[in-house]
Amino acid sequence: MSGFFKSSIGRKVAMALSAFFLMFFLLQHLSINILSVFSPELFNEVSHFMGTNPIVQFALQPVLIFAVVFHFVMGFILEIRNSRARKVSYAKNNGAANSSWMSRNMIWSGVTILAFILLHFIDFWFPEINTKFIQGDWSGTMEGVEGFRYHEELVHKFVNPIRVGAYVLAFVFLGLHLAHGFTSAFQSVGAASLRKKLDNFGKAYAIIIPAGFIFIALYHHFNH
Amino acid sequence: MNLTLKIWRQVDANDKGKMVDYKIAEISGSMSFLEMMDVLNEQLVNAGEQPVAFDHDCREGICGMCSMYINGEAHGPDRGVTTCQLHMRMFKDGDTITIEPFRAASFPVIKDLVVDRSAFDRIQHAGGYISVNTSGNTQDANSIPISKHAADEAMDAATCIGCGACVASCKNSSAMLFVGAKVSQYALLPQGQVEAADRVKNMVAQMDLEGFGNCTNTGACEVECPKGISLDNIARMNRELMKASV
Repeated sequence: MSGFFKSSIGRKVAMALSAFFLMFFLLQHLSINILSVFSPELFNEVSHFMGTNPIVQFALQPVLIFAVVFHFVMGFILEIRNSRARKVSYAKNNGAANSSWMSRNMIWSGVTILAFILLHFIDFWFPEINTKFIQGDWSGTMEGVEGFRYHEELVHKFVNPIRVGAYVLAFVFLGLHLAHGFTSAFQSVGAASLRKKLDNFGKAYAIIIPAGFIFIALYHHFNH
Repeated sequence: MNLTLKIWRQVDANDKGKMVDYKIAEISGSMSFLEMMDVLNEQLVNAGEQPVAFDHDCREGICGMCSMYINGEAHGPDRGVTTCQLHMRMFKDGDTITIEPFRAASFPVIKDLVVDRSAFDRIQHAGGYISVNTSGNTQDANSIPISKHAADEAMDAATCIGCGACVASCKNSSAMLFVGAKVSQYALLPQGQVEAADRVKNMVAQMDLEGFGNCTNTGACEVECPKGISLDNIARMNRELMKASV
């Protein structure tokens, strides 16, 4: 089996498996974050559960970090190998005649998402890790905030219009990435019939997930 | 019609090569693209210049020899045709047509528009066959029941002529449509089952060894394939390799 993952097909299957995990993660992330719009209390409760539950923190979180790192590193490795496979470029190439922009530019939408993840980590994940693992504060509270701190922290981040703009732009690129990536993952694992059956679902997923995150960012920006 | 041709000229494999402009006049829309190239070469020979080298053989869309990347697409702008089946009526009077060789590190240019596609032969040699005893006691293939659906799908895969348009069109120079078709045509039939695991492992290993890129499912190969080979064949190859590896 180790030989399989060293082959070109094995690598693309591994990319697809990490993509499936990340796409499921996006769905659960949006499902929790949308609560911040409709019920700050419930959002706080769920966030505290996710932030302190040992299974989430010590089992699922490392898997998520591995999947994110793996997907990006493997994506770059494949891109480098692919660029080596054509050393002389065409003088005239009409890519639009046979493939979508999204499918031809996964690396650029991916790089944009990577830049966003770094910003997102600086905004939320690093402070959270600092609070819990360095300062040892697992209470989920902060001075000046009644109850849990999570909703207050979220709203505070979306005050700055530049940050909101960066988030919106990144989510547009996430949508473009998913527009190809969703069905592409099914094709990679050999599920060609599922790829065709889920084509419309994939398009809806690629619109609804980013649109949901954009809605949350804009909602908190205009209602803080 | 009168045309301007921008053609890749390269003396040999070691030459750097460059695009050269040519004017050509009185081209009929009923001519095939290769006939237009013949007219150009006649013009060049009469002027004492080297004719443009290009691959061709059957000129009826079945041998897979003619290549050429025409105006940014393998086999030109028409669908389901090889370059020899491409008619000049696809172009307009006054057009500029850019003609390049198929580009891939695994398809090195030999001269002008001729590329070395022997990497495909080596992939075929790695497993694109079935071993049959031909001592005279060979069983009639028709005595083995095969469903119409499987036979049709195998036949569709077998229509691949190995022209390399999939590699040329793919932004990653991936050969997976070609290899997928060759794996599929046997994987779908009972005669191919005995050697199925070794076939897919060896053909994929050879494909990787040849330096072709990784498929990212853009679908360009399927669109540009003159025989309409489906992406389903790539998915089947992926399944076959997974099955053979566990």
